[in-house]
Amino acid sequence: MCELSIHESGERQVTSEPLLVLEHVDAGYGNIQALDDVSLHVKQGELVALLGANGAGKTTALRVISGLMRPRKGRVSFQGRDIARAGVHEIVQMGIAHCPEGRQIFARLTVKENLRMGAYLRRDPEGVARDLEWIFEHFPVLRDRLSQSAGTLSGGEQQMLAIGRALMSKPTLLLLDEPSLGLAPIIVDRIFKVIAQLKEQGKTIFLVEQNAFKALEIADRAYVLESGRIRMKGRAQELMANEDIKHAYLGG
Amino acid sequence: MQRKGFERVSGTYLLQQLINGISLGSIYALVAIGYTMVYGILRLINFAHGDILMVGAYSALGLAMSLHLPFWAVLAGSMLIAALTGVLVERAAFRPVRGAPEEVTMITSLAVSIFLENLGTMVLSPQPRKFLVPDYLLVIHNWGGLTFNNMTILIVVLAVGLMLALTLFVTRTNLGIAMRASSENLQAAQLMGININRIVATAFIIGSGLAAVAGVMLGGQYGRIDPLMGFVPGLKAFVAAVIGGIGNIAGAAVGGYVLGLAEVLLVGLLPPSLSGFRDAFVFIFLILMLLIRPVGILGSVERGRA
Repeated sequence: MCELSIHESGERQVTSEPLLVLEHVDAGYGNIQALDDVSLHVKQGELVALLGANGAGKTTALRVISGLMRPRKGRVSFQGRDIARAGVHEIVQMGIAHCPEGRQIFARLTVKENLRMGAYLRRDPEGVARDLEWIFEHFPVLRDRLSQSAGTLSGGEQQMLAIGRALMSKPTLLLLDEPSLGLAPIIVDRIFKVIAQLKEQGKTIFLVEQNAFKALEIADRAYVLESGRIRMKGRAQELMANEDIKHAYLGG
Repeated sequence: MQRKGFERVSGTYLLQQLINGISLGSIYALVAIGYTMVYGILRLINFAHGDILMVGAYSALGLAMSLHLPFWAVLAGSMLIAALTGVLVERAAFRPVRGAPEEVTMITSLAVSIFLENLGTMVLSPQPRKFLVPDYLLVIHNWGGLTFNNMTILIVVLAVGLMLALTLFVTRTNLGIAMRASSENLQAAQLMGININRIVATAFIIGSGLAAVAGVMLGGQYGRIDPLMGFVPGLKAFVAAVIGGIGNIAGAAVGGYVLGLAEVLLVGLLPPSLSGFRDAFVFIFLILMLLIRPVGILGSVERGRA
């Protein structure tokens, strides 16, 4: 792989290296091997999707990146730095925000407090206020619910809050885990529209999705994970046209 | 005070018991908050928490005898020493077993409790020590048959004041909101960039500081302290935290007052021959509460933690 050779040529070439690189990563729980020799990368400004069925290892991949899980083997690097052994809060500090599976908003905290926690590490109140405005502009319902406890929000609203909360850290790389999970089609459309807008504004996004069609519509590139291994990769349009993908994931 | 039977319960007597119950409840509430904050974040039932109360009381005694500081400085100093002890205990005993099953961490806390009690017995002697508070705190007021001293007033005012300060802390500051977030979902809190070790240390500092206040107040009320003084109040404060809904700070305060009042009123209203069963009433009360409302007064059913 070309990223590998760039990497081995020295630490100084960080500018030519992708933002995020996973090299030959193995990870798992107990006897279960969730990721098997996974290599992938995300470049600055790209929207890359990671597709696959339930249990393929997609969530594990995100957990390894954000430090919630340690890889057994392989290298995870962000902006040229090895992050495989860094603490979760240190990785957030470096600029990775992970919007986790199942939303995991703080139900007993208010919407406002949830967003405030998203900006926990920031020390630029003006920037925080600007980002808050952006979130309200794209998810106006959050502004109306600001002092409500987050547990009272509907599923779609909670997903909007989870994405907004992740954006509040002003991440260099945004990790999204199944933002469409369990939501009505109309809400899914809304959320994917916002993800597409984020990409247009230059945000780098790594998107994990079961809904392959939706993800390929907005992604630049995608990887397909099957039983912990990368089975396919390529440009989103090519994958969308691929017969195997159509058959397995797009119901074609 | 003359103890009365059922037939002679007067309004004044009831009011007097209410005052006693609120005073006792304030102490339980202060200690229960420490239990509940640590449990909320780590799912650790810290049975050594009551012994931190003892550490606070002895620190106050030491500061008063050696440095002749004013009472408020003695109190502040004892809070500081207890807080340091709490942080030290967490680093030395609880951090190595963090993430282990709850039985393991609970047994660890029992070990720490036994260690602190025996260390106190060896170093400080098992004999109770006189614990003197300034004379102005012992001034007794008599309002139409109701008696209480300045110590009682101080206990209630301090407890309420500290709990209000804590409320402001957990609702207005970043660190305080981060504590609540961590107690709800530790993993999501980490994903916000919250350093869990810092949150845990803060919980131990606050909890231990409040326990020290309770220790000094108990010492002042009884006039003596001993190395095992933390055991029973610690256990009852744990009961208070469970009654209030463990993990919930407001619940711990409510549970503390409910338990203090229930204990004093039960003992005060039942025939004197049963008053020896005072502690048994507390646990009967706990069992009843757990049967009626297992999640506690302000507790909510916990959805599984990821």
